[in-house]
Amino acid sequence: MTEPRKTAPGSGPGTVRIERPAVEFLRMYARNWAAVAGFLVFSTIVFAALFAPLILAVDPFEMVWMPFTPPGQDGYVFGTDNLGRDMLTAIVYGARATLVVGASAAALTIVIGLTIGSLAGYYRGWVDEVLMRITEFFQVLPPLLLAMVLVALFSPTLPTVAIAIGVVTWTGVARLARAEFMRIRELEFVKAARSIGSRDRRIIWRVILPNALPPLIVNAALTVGIAILFEAALSFLGLSDPNVMSWGKLIGDNRDYLLDAPWTVTIPGVAIFLTVLAVSLIGDGLNDAFNPRLRER
Amino acid sequence: MNAAAPLLEVEGLEVEFSTRQGTARVLDGVALSLEPGRTLGIVGESGCGKSMTALSIMRLVPEPPGRIGAGAVRLNGEDLLQASEKRMREVRGKDISMIFQEPMTSLNPVYSIGDQIAETVRLHEGLSRRESLEWAIEMLKAVHIPAAERRVREFPHQMSGGMRQRVMIAMALACRPSVLIADEPTTALDVTVQAQVFDLLKELQEKTGTAIVLISHDMGAIAEMADRVMVMYAGRIVEEAATEEILESPRHPYTRGLIACVPHMEEKPPPERAALTEIPGVVPALTDIGAGCAFAPRCARATDLCRRAAPPSFETGEDRRTACWLYGEAGAA
Repeated sequence: MTEPRKTAPGSGPGTVRIERPAVEFLRMYARNWAAVAGFLVFSTIVFAALFAPLILAVDPFEMVWMPFTPPGQDGYVFGTDNLGRDMLTAIVYGARATLVVGASAAALTIVIGLTIGSLAGYYRGWVDEVLMRITEFFQVLPPLLLAMVLVALFSPTLPTVAIAIGVVTWTGVARLARAEFMRIRELEFVKAARSIGSRDRRIIWRVILPNALPPLIVNAALTVGIAILFEAALSFLGLSDPNVMSWGKLIGDNRDYLLDAPWTVTIPGVAIFLTVLAVSLIGDGLNDAFNPRLRER
Repeated sequence: MNAAAPLLEVEGLEVEFSTRQGTARVLDGVALSLEPGRTLGIVGESGCGKSMTALSIMRLVPEPPGRIGAGAVRLNGEDLLQASEKRMREVRGKDISMIFQEPMTSLNPVYSIGDQIAETVRLHEGLSRRESLEWAIEMLKAVHIPAAERRVREFPHQMSGGMRQRVMIAMALACRPSVLIADEPTTALDVTVQAQVFDLLKELQEKTGTAIVLISHDMGAIAEMADRVMVMYAGRIVEEAATEEILESPRHPYTRGLIACVPHMEEKPPPERAALTEIPGVVPALTDIGAGCAFAPRCARATDLCRRAAPPSFETGEDRRTACWLYGEAGAA
């Protein structure tokens, strides 16, 4: 290992300047302006999803005005859709469903992928063989098709959709976690942990996992984006809770009027695009902040 | 000294590794005994089984591919090879602990050094977080790390190699183990720091009475630290004696070779030592050792007998054993 020590030139041994890891992390993140922009956009969306429905206080499914009112006309900022529903209200309520499903599906992806990947990478041998064959089985299935089948088999509710997305997207996380565990388990401090009497469980979760986290956290941020896209795709195909407004459902409901009332489709489309982009930029920023090679510049 | 009951006793230890090339017997009949407060040195080239002996005592041999085939490792009379895994976890770190070669990688980069030292006592003594951190500060003071109260919160990457090795020693000794296995503890450090680490180990040994197994390929390090020396070659002990005896009158040709390899600092080296010597050849692959002595292919004095049969251990002095046909009934040098 060749980490240069952070000593200001010419200073004595007593004046080594040390930043707290959290402060250093934030500083590195802040140097990536795109990641900061991504964070601002994403927090705006989250904020709107949390509080705007309280102010608007309209049912997103209720007909409020003439259908196909263009944006800006008669006080409807985003216009109305084919059923005369307020697009702004729909977008804001849709953000809730999209974010909740995206986040919980991503969480499920991480939990499944991390558990399988860490056990396979740590124990190797037949455990690895069995778990990796299972992973490959899920990898060769077309993910969207499998998700559709799962939602169609069970009830089309938000939890089902989240679970279906989680079940089809965890393989990448599993492979990543396995690779990291295989690398770290050979390092000397793992041997040292065993030599002071730590048990496997402790070595997996307390010794290896914290060292494997950086790439997994970056991956988790990207997974949120993927989960949101899946959710949109499923609702577009009508495979989501019909009683919950979501962006994909909005696009799906209005797809026949794309040429007559383009805003009904483009506005939720832009919302999906912005959210996924913001999440990806955040992942990028986390990557920079975790990457020690960039840190020393 | 021999009257004292051995604290750690290893007998007839055999360890095998199955590889694609066949089964390699990496340890063959290794035996040792260690009394409280004493230091045993194990020397040999890379791959001769030094580290494997250490890992076998801790029962940390990776299985598979490794397997401890036979033998006994007795700590205060208890055979650790028969003990349950749960019992072994109690023994590791509390009764026997270990320090490793690479101080750069043997500390976990994501925890403060205080947390890592405290971990050992938390596991074995059930102390609270605060108590164990206070204990960690005490241990840092014991290994002479300045400003222990502040440094206890620092992370491994903020420390130099020598400092990290001190932290490793603090970690290993936190529960006052009766045996400390030091596997090449100074190989990765520069010479001045090496001397400091040895001084520290000696000082702590005097204070606590810990017995040390020092593994090294460096005869100089062994000469400085050890009371007794075991020379290993290809998984077997080829010679065993008190340190001074080994240094002054090495018997086994391999031991002689090892000692001749050490550079000397006399003002006028005698002509036969003008150039550094080496032992020709390399350690054989452990999968294709025949029936004869493993060292025979590299040995200048090998005879037909050496190539035919492996020599047993002969008594070659008081409390001194050499596994070489030159010292058998027939040979007597």
